[in-house]
Amino acid sequence: MNKIEDVVRLEHVIDPAEVPGHMVKPGAEPIVKASAIEKHFDDNHVLRGCSMTVFPGETVTILGRSGSGKSTFLRCLNFLEEPTAGVVEIGGVVVAASPLHRRDRADEAKIRQLRLRAGMLFQEFNLFPHLSVIGNLVEAPIHVKGMNKKEATELGETYLAKVGLSDKRDEYPSRLSGGQRQRVAIARALTMEPEVLLFDEPTSALDPSLVGEVLKVMESLAHEGRTMIVVTHEMAFAREAADRVYFMDEGQFVEIGPPEQVISNPRDERTRTFLERFLHG
Amino acid sequence: MMAGGGGPAGMSENQQLVTDIARAQEQRSRRWRLKFLATWVLIIVGLVAFILVTVNVDSSFLKDVIPFILAGVPITLFLAVTSIFFATILAALGALGRLSRNPYLNGIASFYVSFFRGTPLLLQILFIFLALPQAGIVLPEIPTAIVALSLNYGSYMTEVFRSGIEAVPHGQAEAAQSLGMNSRTTFRRIIAPQAFRIVTPAVGNDFISMIKDSSLASVVGVQEVLWRAQVAGRPTFQSMQTLLVAAFIYWVLTILFSLFQNRLEKRMATGDRVQRRAQ
Repeated sequence: MNKIEDVVRLEHVIDPAEVPGHMVKPGAEPIVKASAIEKHFDDNHVLRGCSMTVFPGETVTILGRSGSGKSTFLRCLNFLEEPTAGVVEIGGVVVAASPLHRRDRADEAKIRQLRLRAGMLFQEFNLFPHLSVIGNLVEAPIHVKGMNKKEATELGETYLAKVGLSDKRDEYPSRLSGGQRQRVAIARALTMEPEVLLFDEPTSALDPSLVGEVLKVMESLAHEGRTMIVVTHEMAFAREAADRVYFMDEGQFVEIGPPEQVISNPRDERTRTFLERFLHG
Repeated sequence: MMAGGGGPAGMSENQQLVTDIARAQEQRSRRWRLKFLATWVLIIVGLVAFILVTVNVDSSFLKDVIPFILAGVPITLFLAVTSIFFATILAALGALGRLSRNPYLNGIASFYVSFFRGTPLLLQILFIFLALPQAGIVLPEIPTAIVALSLNYGSYMTEVFRSGIEAVPHGQAEAAQSLGMNSRTTFRRIIAPQAFRIVTPAVGNDFISMIKDSSLASVVGVQEVLWRAQVAGRPTFQSMQTLLVAAFIYWVLTILFSLFQNRLEKRMATGDRVQRRAQ
């Protein structure tokens, strides 16, 4: 199952629970199709066949205990983590797992194409400390897309305004608060105009008082119809902004559905246990 | 402050205590600095006295010999600057080799580090000057010294550069890649500039060592500071004077460079702000 051509034949199955959200135009094709993703770390079987379908304009969140495999799944979507098996399709770019082979140039170019369609936000922000805020924003447009400096700067300023940090344009990351850093990181991802945004616990490293400003930006992105996949522990965000919640346990999605079902009225025993412990300490 | 509840008498008592403590601390540190300075002065006075007692200092001899030895300073600095330049290039290539997944490149780089770190610099200089001519490769004195110093320091600095690159958090590469950068652009635009800042102090230290180790070039007759001191002192058995002059010259050179290095590091720490003003 290593060659892409072989795997394309592996039909992506849409789970009946993956009902398109209310922002999705009827008949729209899925923008993300992750099929049967497996991941082994040595003899630790972290992901056991996870599939996900996301339609354009949807926000989905992945919930689950620490160590259940949520982040690993997200990182497999843009191949920061090489899955052991499975196929990922984002915006029409299809890449299959190739755990045994070193990828050739064509494969690597394809992975870069996939990454261009998926902007990633990290728990630790990962801003470039040697560049100013605007420098962080123009770096990829200039050096990946080949944009000229003026265009890239205008683009960067637009998205910086969007996250409400125009006044920090020339500041360096070390002089920003955690919340501001994550908002800059969001603006940086947006400058590449990705088709889907992947959030890997974007507020987990933040001081509780700074979580709100980041969630606010994320909510406004969700409401303007951006496609987002969010790994988070923020129940309120999942409840209010998500079209669909995936609950992960021991490397499998054990419950999929709208937030009012998964969070407020879980059917699966494991989801219920997690939520009881989470919501009531 | 506990009992006083803010009464004016209580306040002034506390203030008195605070100023007393501050004054005592100030006094203590002033005394410490005085003792520290006195120790230096004592050692230097002792050394000078020892020299004056044991050696017959001939001031006219010194007057001739000091300019002669000082004339070696440009050569010493030339050796050090040129060699640190080539060593840096070798180290950058070596570090890339050591981090490469290509077994051949990695093999070459690790052999280079192992061999040139594992043999004495003096031997390397002599080998290039005395042994290579047997194989038909003849290098003059100064190139001999530069090649040996560059290769030797390059091998040490390879490991410094490698660890500098590895010290850049992995999330940086992940962020760059998730923005669609290929590995080349990631290294050139994101990893290398950060690694460069990390290794700068170490390169500065190596340069200071290099200034002193360039004296080994004297064995093949490069007319740098130490060579001149030896040549000037030996005929009249006045090596005590000439070698001390040479020692003093090296000492001053390293102190001057350390000062420069301190300023450079401070500048790089606040480099963010400097850059912004320049824009």
